[in-house]
Amino acid sequence: MDQLLISTRKGLFSARRTARGVWDLEAVSFLGDNVSLAMQDPRDGTWYAALDHGHFGAKLHRSKDRGATWEEIGVPAYPTPPEGHVERDFLGREIPWRLMRFWCLTPGLASQPGLLWAGTLPGGLFWSEDLGATWQMVEALWNMPERRKWAGGGADVPGIHSVVVDPRDGNHVVVAVSSGGVWHTRDCGKTWSAHTKGMRADYAPPELVEAPESQDPHRMVQCPGAPDTWWIQHHNGIFRSTDGAMTWTEITDVKPSVFGFPVVVHPKDPDTAWFVPAIKDERRIPAEGRVVVNRTRDGGRTFETLERGLPRSWAYDLVYRHALDLDTTGERLAFGSTTGSVWISENQGDDWITLAEHLPPVHAVLFV
Amino acid sequence: MSRVAFTRNLQRHVACPPCTVEGATVQESLEAAFALYPRLRGYVLDEHGALRFHMAVFVDGVPVADRRGLTDPVSAASEIYVMQTLSGG
Repeated sequence: MDQLLISTRKGLFSARRTARGVWDLEAVSFLGDNVSLAMQDPRDGTWYAALDHGHFGAKLHRSKDRGATWEEIGVPAYPTPPEGHVERDFLGREIPWRLMRFWCLTPGLASQPGLLWAGTLPGGLFWSEDLGATWQMVEALWNMPERRKWAGGGADVPGIHSVVVDPRDGNHVVVAVSSGGVWHTRDCGKTWSAHTKGMRADYAPPELVEAPESQDPHRMVQCPGAPDTWWIQHHNGIFRSTDGAMTWTEITDVKPSVFGFPVVVHPKDPDTAWFVPAIKDERRIPAEGRVVVNRTRDGGRTFETLERGLPRSWAYDLVYRHALDLDTTGERLAFGSTTGSVWISENQGDDWITLAEHLPPVHAVLFV
Repeated sequence: MSRVAFTRNLQRHVACPPCTVEGATVQESLEAAFALYPRLRGYVLDEHGALRFHMAVFVDGVPVADRRGLTDPVSAASEIYVMQTLSGG
């Protein structure tokens, strides 16, 4: 895939690989606007861009000509709370029933034309049957009493950042919540259950360490070619499932750090996955000022730390949960940082080239 | 007919030149303006019809008191300004 979309605080940038094999920035859409993320629908090639205007709210745009022109489409609406109802999280902080930001856009399967899913802040899941023109809230998840135990993780309010549709069954949808665990539906949203056995949240009070709602998955991915294998980069470390995201095994002893935000998995090889480690909680910076990528090829038993072409000192780039991508061939990787750097590898991370060093803060990258 | 004008920063996203509208309240006046510029509604109001947190509406120089219901009265000679609040420096 020869094009990369880079969603940033100040626009959606596009880079392209030239015939000589050089990557260059070539265009920008929404210059000056905060673009939270982009998505390409594999069913029809349409691009979607989620904007967060701050003053003017979250918006959604789509392009049917690969970014040459965009049209604004519908956005989800939260239900009207009962009169006088003020919702608070379990720490007593107010949670507005109002769309604050798109955090994930996921297309349905080829057998589900028109279906899109959107994960949002605060803690909402919506679906559209008309390619985003109109949206409905998945009320069964929103009304679930356990949702009240979700809390802010990656933002001040809880949010759904990963929505995965099982390629074998479009009614089986799994969402990951920061912070609120991993939830499955097998009837396209009517009923939900948490499956976090094996996860551990050391940051929670002792009696809540294993509670589903305490878990803070930062990003969750499924191996398309081996769909029973799932990976999670969790606040507490790396977890892997080989039984369809029902139970999880913790992977420890990862250098330089088991903390981070993003994870990607090879499209065919479930044992091969990549992470961008960072020092956790108190600092959130690369260890020793070195930007590195971790790769496992054996299901997490061992990791290689990849750094050829990446900055080896005085670098404080943090990489958020949607800012690492792998193309569909499983060969090319790209990641972008909060300090506006973007790197690309064409050999599974062995070697990296710098695509950009002065972009606005990067929220997400996507090969298209 | 009162006159409604919108901050220039909105024009970048939705074309909304000043307009004259009928309405006895801010809510009615804005609804009349949104009838002219349908996409504008979601930029000014949230999904419950309340003024967005970082938006402000002035009627004849006075900020509206009812940001949720927008029930503040307007007269035929009123000037309504839809502005951004300053936030973030």
